[in-house]
Amino acid sequence: MTVEGDDSMTTTESRPLDAPALEVDNYLTYTRGIRSWILTLDHKRIGVMYLISVLACFLLGGIFALLVRTQLVVPDGLIMSQDEYNQAFTIHGGVMVFLVIIPGIPAALGNFILPIMLGAKDVAFPRLNLFSYWLWVLGAIFLVSAIFGGLDTGWTFYTPYSIDQNSAMGGVIPAVTGAFLLGFASIFTGMNFIVTIHRLRPDGMTWFRMPLFLWSLYATAVIQVLATPVLGITLALLAVERAFGIGIFNPALGGDPVLYQHFFWFYSHPAVYIMVLPAMGVVSELIAVHSHRHIFGYAYIAWSSVAIAIFSFLVWGHHMFTSGQSPLMSVIFSFITFSVAIPSGIKVFNWLATMYKGAISWNTSMFYGMGFIVLFIIGGLTGLYLGVISVDVHLHDTYFIVAHFHYTMMGSSLIGFIGGLHHWWPKITGKMFNENAGRIAFMLFFVGYNMTFFTQFMLGSHGMPRRYATYPADAGFQTYHIISTIGSYIMAIGFFTMAGYFIASLFVGRKAAANPWGGRSLEWQCTSPPPHDNFSEQPAVGDCYDFSVLRWDDETNGYVWREDVAHPGHESEHTASS
Amino acid sequence: MSSHEHEHGAVGHIVPIKLLVITCIALLILTAVTVWVAKLDFEDLRMGEMNILVAMGVAVVKCTIVALIFMHLRWDRSFIGFVFIGSILFVGLFIGLALLDTKEYQPTMVPGNSPQVQLKLDALHAAQAAGETKHGPTEH
Amino acid sequence: MSQLHVHPDGSEDHGHPEHLGHHWNDSVQQFEAGKLGMWLFLATEVLLFGGLFCAYAVWRANHPEIFKYGSQFLSTTWGAINTGVLLTSSLTMAMAVTYAARGRMTAVVVCLLLTLMGAAGFMAIKYVEYSHKFHEGFYPGMSFYEEPHASELWLPLEETAAVVKAATLAGEEAGSVALAAEMKTRAELPTEPAEAQGWNKPAAGIGPAGLTTDQQNIDMAEMSVFLPPSVLGNLEDLDAELAYAEHHAADEPVVLPHPLQDPDRPVNAQKFFTIYFLMTGLHGIHVIGGAVVITWLLILTLRRRFGAKYYTPIDLGGLYWHIVDVIWIFLFPLFYLI
Repeated sequence: MTVEGDDSMTTTESRPLDAPALEVDNYLTYTRGIRSWILTLDHKRIGVMYLISVLACFLLGGIFALLVRTQLVVPDGLIMSQDEYNQAFTIHGGVMVFLVIIPGIPAALGNFILPIMLGAKDVAFPRLNLFSYWLWVLGAIFLVSAIFGGLDTGWTFYTPYSIDQNSAMGGVIPAVTGAFLLGFASIFTGMNFIVTIHRLRPDGMTWFRMPLFLWSLYATAVIQVLATPVLGITLALLAVERAFGIGIFNPALGGDPVLYQHFFWFYSHPAVYIMVLPAMGVVSELIAVHSHRHIFGYAYIAWSSVAIAIFSFLVWGHHMFTSGQSPLMSVIFSFITFSVAIPSGIKVFNWLATMYKGAISWNTSMFYGMGFIVLFIIGGLTGLYLGVISVDVHLHDTYFIVAHFHYTMMGSSLIGFIGGLHHWWPKITGKMFNENAGRIAFMLFFVGYNMTFFTQFMLGSHGMPRRYATYPADAGFQTYHIISTIGSYIMAIGFFTMAGYFIASLFVGRKAAANPWGGRSLEWQCTSPPPHDNFSEQPAVGDCYDFSVLRWDDETNGYVWREDVAHPGHESEHTASS
Repeated sequence: MSSHEHEHGAVGHIVPIKLLVITCIALLILTAVTVWVAKLDFEDLRMGEMNILVAMGVAVVKCTIVALIFMHLRWDRSFIGFVFIGSILFVGLFIGLALLDTKEYQPTMVPGNSPQVQLKLDALHAAQAAGETKHGPTEH
Repeated sequence: MSQLHVHPDGSEDHGHPEHLGHHWNDSVQQFEAGKLGMWLFLATEVLLFGGLFCAYAVWRANHPEIFKYGSQFLSTTWGAINTGVLLTSSLTMAMAVTYAARGRMTAVVVCLLLTLMGAAGFMAIKYVEYSHKFHEGFYPGMSFYEEPHASELWLPLEETAAVVKAATLAGEEAGSVALAAEMKTRAELPTEPAEAQGWNKPAAGIGPAGLTTDQQNIDMAEMSVFLPPSVLGNLEDLDAELAYAEHHAADEPVVLPHPLQDPDRPVNAQKFFTIYFLMTGLHGIHVIGGAVVITWLLILTLRRRFGAKYYTPIDLGGLYWHIVDVIWIFLFPLFYLI
């Protein structure tokens, strides 16, 4: 008997862990009706709501990206005036940063997967989780409304332009209010994850037996909790300055605009690690599972996540080399920036070592995992170049920077998000998508992506500045811009293909087994989709990267536990099979 | 009512009332001390800095007492104290580096306006002097 | 410690008390998790105010004279009383937690009420202080800011400006030549660091508010009655310093000239009140928020939702109230005492 509400009992039959999925009630069918979704305390439903919202915002931000790229096809600009162009890249940046990349993996995938990976029934504070989602929605409404307010300051809201009363009147305050609310949604998610990982781990799962995705979510949550409040106060001060002219950042009133940049980047640099750390965690899972090989250097990868989280707070000044920061500080930040690359490099080498001599399954998710490694290397290395002050002085605010951060934010974070989406799609929806379509979409994406952004490295080093609606016809930029724009359209086709086969899978996709890819972490031990309270029996916790205990089963089209291997904790019950 | 410190309730340690009251009295005394010291500002050559150091020092002591006793940190798991100290350390990092930077670039500041701003100001005041004298020279 | 008791018919054991969430094993686990979550939130509050403390630190480091000048207009007495009120309300809140843990809910109600009275007292005193300030014309923003007049500006640029203006009208290239000439003029300025000249202080011959020495006619010994010489820029004159201190040691009230009538107020002195209202205002908002939370706790206690086995929200509300108190412990000396 199923009862509405969230703390009630569920009658899930006790069944062997690796039996195929049946038509039993799962979290999607457990209760029905709009109210049961809007007021749900189930982390899985909240994760799904985040997923849909984030993907919708991705569509919005992507449309503005295409507008920006289309504008630059001819030197005099094709479709927009200068002011409209300013608004277009501002909305693109704001929506993508605050509404897609920062919440993407933690809120959409993390909310769904984290408790299941821990064998828990929910996150530590389910009501806070729900509140966090609706706060996010409210923030999104405010931020998107800035489109109509004519926001044109760039997503960084630099002073003095953003406090200049003559700049777009209706845009700045709604936008910063939205970002403020989004920041708190992020903080509450981070708090929830930290407490869940500390307090809801099952017996046998010590810190160093957690899946690496959880390590990365933990490190991300630490950054979310420590850095986001500074964004909050920065935006609040900006709004008050703009509304009342109190003179904090306005030099005419004795304020200091560079102080705004210190405030802003103290959050925004750790924020880029909020973006990329969860993606790295996803990639650890993807590479290990689809190579069917134990992750190499588990402890190093785990510690490197923590190291990246801490180091990320020490390098914010590398965004300010050309802003009037003192040379002493620039040198300090430059030096520490070099060292931030070290933990990231450690991860890359460990992933490569994991793949070596593995039995690689060429699934779509694996393509994304490997694509991450390639694109992240490019993004990370170019970040090192920019960390050198003498180089940055020439390349700052050119397309080189644009290319660098797109390689890290899109080529790394977004790829991690999409790869994770493919990897956990069967778990979330209970359906398999078409692998061939997936591989085609990946190729379209990968080719289009590099066409779009690799050319921008060239553009930048030849001097094309960023945030410019037009450019000189005789500077040799147009060819690169045309290639870049064509690449962006190819990417768009790839994304629409992806949307197509995902939606199709919901209707005609093959039913997914509990463990279609052969993963060993706990989420693969419950049915696809999971039941309302995740597990009917306490799942067995062992080494989550030891894949030797699994075998492929044709009947269920998934991996099952081998009969001749005992489940952890039940060795005494195991009898030799006849 | 037992009042020794090892009192345990259903879910955790309980702080005795007497300890709370003593703590509050200590805090009030410290407040009085810091107010009194602030009024003594002629003892020292480097008076400004001494004043700041003493006031901040007393504030830190008060904060520590509130955190340990009122906020129960003395009996809680150490990780929670680590969270609190960590947040303060990050604030210190932020303030420290921002201060360092701003002090470093002060000597490079050139007083006065840039020529373009100066031009505009001149034009503005010339216009005002020529027209109504709404914002005339301030009477001193 | 995971005990999922599954009965043969598939239903689960509901020995969970009502307050215990379905995903927790026991009350202690839930309580400690709640505390950890609350402390993480307090860490975010610390970081939030930390940004404002950073703004304070940066401004004070660059313009100490603004803060020395401005803090005279705040009443130390009221600030100290406010501190005492908040500390006492912290005490009553902590007492409420202890009584709750012992199951003495009537005492909890009394203590929560006392805490609310403390909060109300704090806000009342704040209201008194703020209204006094507004009445005097101190408010955040441009309260007594004056745009510097061309003739009062730091360097005599009229001649150079005219050159630049004419040159710019003549054409861009000519303008940049004039600009180069202008920069050369500036390069020949005194090379001591601006600090030694006094950052934000005018060149020799012009006083802080733009007056020339002739116009000022300041008698140092006379002015030292009103403002300590270190504020006026004289760091060496210990006799004047002592004269000021002695005067203050006497029992006569010192009448401070209002900044609007005070020609020698530091440039941008209104920044003191900007940061004062920002920080105490944000703190006040948190006090009101805390009062709302405590009221809600009071209502729930009256509805008998809490007991010795479950008083987590009271404990967490107490933690929030204490951090509000801690922030005031730092705000008080920064604005009122130094």
